[in-house]
Amino acid sequence: MEIKQTALAGTLESSDVQITLSKGQGINIDLNSSVEELYGKQIKKVITDTLAKYEITDANVKVVDKGALDCVIKARMMAVIQRALGTADQPNWEVL
Amino acid sequence: MEERLRRTMMFVPGNNAGMVKDAGIYGADSIMFDLEDSVSMAEKDAARMLVYQALQTQDYGDAELVVRVNGLDTKYFRNDVFAMVKAGIEVIRLPKVESAQMMLDLVKVVEEAEKEFGREVGSTHVMAAIESARGVLKSLEIAESTDRMIGLALSAEDYTTDMKTHRYPDGAELDFARKMILHAARAAGIAAFDTVFTNMNDVEGFKRETEYIHQLGYDGKSLVNPRQIDWVNEVYKPTKKEIENALDVEAAIEEAHQKGSGVISMNGQMVDRPVVLRAQRVIRLAKAANLINEEGEYIEE
Repeated sequence: MEIKQTALAGTLESSDVQITLSKGQGINIDLNSSVEELYGKQIKKVITDTLAKYEITDANVKVVDKGALDCVIKARMMAVIQRALGTADQPNWEVL
Repeated sequence: MEERLRRTMMFVPGNNAGMVKDAGIYGADSIMFDLEDSVSMAEKDAARMLVYQALQTQDYGDAELVVRVNGLDTKYFRNDVFAMVKAGIEVIRLPKVESAQMMLDLVKVVEEAEKEFGREVGSTHVMAAIESARGVLKSLEIAESTDRMIGLALSAEDYTTDMKTHRYPDGAELDFARKMILHAARAAGIAAFDTVFTNMNDVEGFKRETEYIHQLGYDGKSLVNPRQIDWVNEVYKPTKKEIENALDVEAAIEEAHQKGSGVISMNGQMVDRPVVLRAQRVIRLAKAANLINEEGEYIEE
């Protein structure tokens, strides 16, 4: 799937994560997290797994993590992907 | 309907990651994730995803899980219902209900989603928020609209606006609605939830209101702050005398069973059904308040 527009989801509140998704070549993740050393790998895995489910192979992902759980990262990824694809009103039930 | 305690229904804004994550730690009887008024138009999709993912992965203990979806007339409604049914939500709360037909319209979409996602048809329960004069007057038909109904909730902010008044400390403006909704719920055999109390600085006012709705017979109250949970539970806590009496009734029932007698008697008097039902509720409340143990013994403080 191809990204149609730059999109943003999530907040900078504690326990949340803010993700910006834009067009790119290949997958590039720019992660900013106070727990990067401990959980950076896991956070990136949730991000790449979610992108893969939507069959997105080219994207720049900017991630500002405020201590979000995996389920929150996944939820924000899904929201930002659907927004970037222009399908926020048509959730992909198979991916969910 | 399954008998369970519903003293406290805590509102959780659906797009607040921290609150959604922590909702299970406060001991509310019901947790109500909100996709409606606490979520801005621009974040409806994100809140729906957040609650969906949380329901899939978080442990909310024994709490009954409820979600308030956006209204039937909004473009978010259908997606909200589909996502929540897929996530296995226990109860869907529909806002601004004014007729039985609105509940049937909800149930139609719920059933569609249950079939689509392989959930047992009929497994998702529903409840109605009553927020207008019309809703109050139609509360019995709403309460009896579908077998999936578990309760009616009064929502006072919209209701008082509809009535051209606002909320007063003594709650006189809500008297008719409270009693009408409670009667409809009881007639239909479902639960009744009182409205939220939003002034966190008026603790006395909150307690007074909770005592009042407890006296009327409400199952419990919708809450906006976890601090209010203990205050409500305190009001619903049975007294030692009530518990001892309930335990006596239980013992009398047990004795009657052992004798194979259909008539339950205690202190030489017949114990009839209302007394038994009241005793059972007292025991459920006492257990929830940790006043008796699982064996039904009174725990001395």
